[in-house]
Amino acid sequence: MTTKDGMKENNFEVIRPGINTTYQDFGRKNLYHIGVPFSGAMDNRNYLISNKLVNNKMNSAVIEFAYQGPMLKFNGESATFAITGDVNFNIKRKKNLILEKGNSYQTYNLKSGDEIDILSTNRSVYGYLAIAGNIDVKLFGNSCSTNTKAKIGSNDGEKIKKGDKIFFSNLSNITQIKKLKYINTKIEQIRVIRGTNYNYFSKESKNIFFKNEFNVTKLTDRMGMRLEGNKIKNIVDTNIKSEGLIKGTIQIPADGNPIIMLSDHGTIGGYPKIGVVISADYDKLVQIAPSSKIKFKEVSLSDAEKLYKFYNLETQNILNQIS
Amino acid sequence: MIKNITNLGDAALYCDFGQEVNRATNLNVINFFNNLRDKNFSEITNISPSYNKLIISFDLNLTNFEKIKKKILNLELKKLNNQINKNVKIPVCCDEKYSLDSKRVEAKLKISFEKILENFFSKDYFCYMTGFIAGMPFLGDINQEIRLNRLETPRVKVPKGSIGITEQFCNIYTFESPGGWNIIGNTPINIFNKENSKNPAVINPGDKVNFYKISIDDHKGWNERK
Repeated sequence: MTTKDGMKENNFEVIRPGINTTYQDFGRKNLYHIGVPFSGAMDNRNYLISNKLVNNKMNSAVIEFAYQGPMLKFNGESATFAITGDVNFNIKRKKNLILEKGNSYQTYNLKSGDEIDILSTNRSVYGYLAIAGNIDVKLFGNSCSTNTKAKIGSNDGEKIKKGDKIFFSNLSNITQIKKLKYINTKIEQIRVIRGTNYNYFSKESKNIFFKNEFNVTKLTDRMGMRLEGNKIKNIVDTNIKSEGLIKGTIQIPADGNPIIMLSDHGTIGGYPKIGVVISADYDKLVQIAPSSKIKFKEVSLSDAEKLYKFYNLETQNILNQIS
Repeated sequence: MIKNITNLGDAALYCDFGQEVNRATNLNVINFFNNLRDKNFSEITNISPSYNKLIISFDLNLTNFEKIKKKILNLELKKLNNQINKNVKIPVCCDEKYSLDSKRVEAKLKISFEKILENFFSKDYFCYMTGFIAGMPFLGDINQEIRLNRLETPRVKVPKGSIGITEQFCNIYTFESPGGWNIIGNTPINIFNKENSKNPAVINPGDKVNFYKISIDDHKGWNERK
């Protein structure tokens, strides 16, 4: 919808952008060979739930935020949104200036001038904001996912900035509030399959890797998670011939500190791979915040496949609870 | 062809084409890669060719390691290379403004920078793989006389367009990025062009690259003149 003076109606005005706020969807396929990773929402389950709550198609664009989220002012007639993840947020109503505390996994309606203030994610990293209707996004490789490294996707590959406007079309208003009872459970151990260079490491280090805890450092973002702890000792070669990487790969560079590749990872690397995080545990992995501890557990390929089926089924069951 | 297939995690196949990094091995990798692209299997979500490996990512909702491994082993290969790969010409300015490591490479190789460049521009290069950052080509082989190690301390920021050399390879920094290769020049062209949605990478695995020298004035006005 466009008004007389050519201004698009229905938008969020970005009052505060937050730390790492981007547009995300399922991500893009078949571009690894030119150096473009999958990207997409880091926590796929919470991404899907956010779209389901507002009756969107499951691959719709959402706003992903990390740690401190954005403060957004709604301009337009009315809109319905939902936030997922373990998120602290308030809604400020223009009508009476009352600050309403928001709950994740519930829909809310907004009127013109209302504000959403996403304060923080609680002991986790990512949260999602979905709006009933479409966010106007630009696609690259069939995905809107913003990849700030390659400068591709919506917003010209940039994080959402102060003063930006997020435009919508086909907004629909869901009058009946939808709620989901869901708690983001923490995971005790991240399960891992042995990597292709597992035998590059000393017997002692292999034991340490699956026995000791590691600290998640602040050098962690959408590209990768850097860990610190007992150094993992390489007994063969600290470099391999550069080759492809996939998300979840755990590399050990010469300094002995593990790096886990996440959704925006570099597509080629030359460090030995000690392991790969199983697909079933990826959503939980990315939610582990810096300064927390992480512990790995070895599983077989066939167990990993079963665990993925189970995780998927669980996600489907959660989505089915939303009418 | 493929010497060994193992799993990389639960959603990727790790195909080993042999230990040697040479053109023959890499041509096998790229031929396999082109064939797989041509088949367009819906369960395959990504294919990464490198010097001597091919990593095939798949959708665990649609298939699994054993099933896709069988499919890969039974794949009938066609000769496709000639139709797919192309020759690309890349202009490079080696003025001191852009050849950030001219002094270092001169000292390490004990050859004048002019002679090093003469050697570098004397041949065509072959793209073994593209990646790390979007569109970055890994090209080879540079002549024996001008091979050297990477910088002891990598740069925090290598300017966009920089041409780097290390060991038998050269590359192009498609974006400003950290990096440790010896920088000998800079190209004004966008090697990764996101406006070209069909094929944003100017140089693809298997392509041949011919570098040619341009002046600093040519470099300066390159994109305006186009």
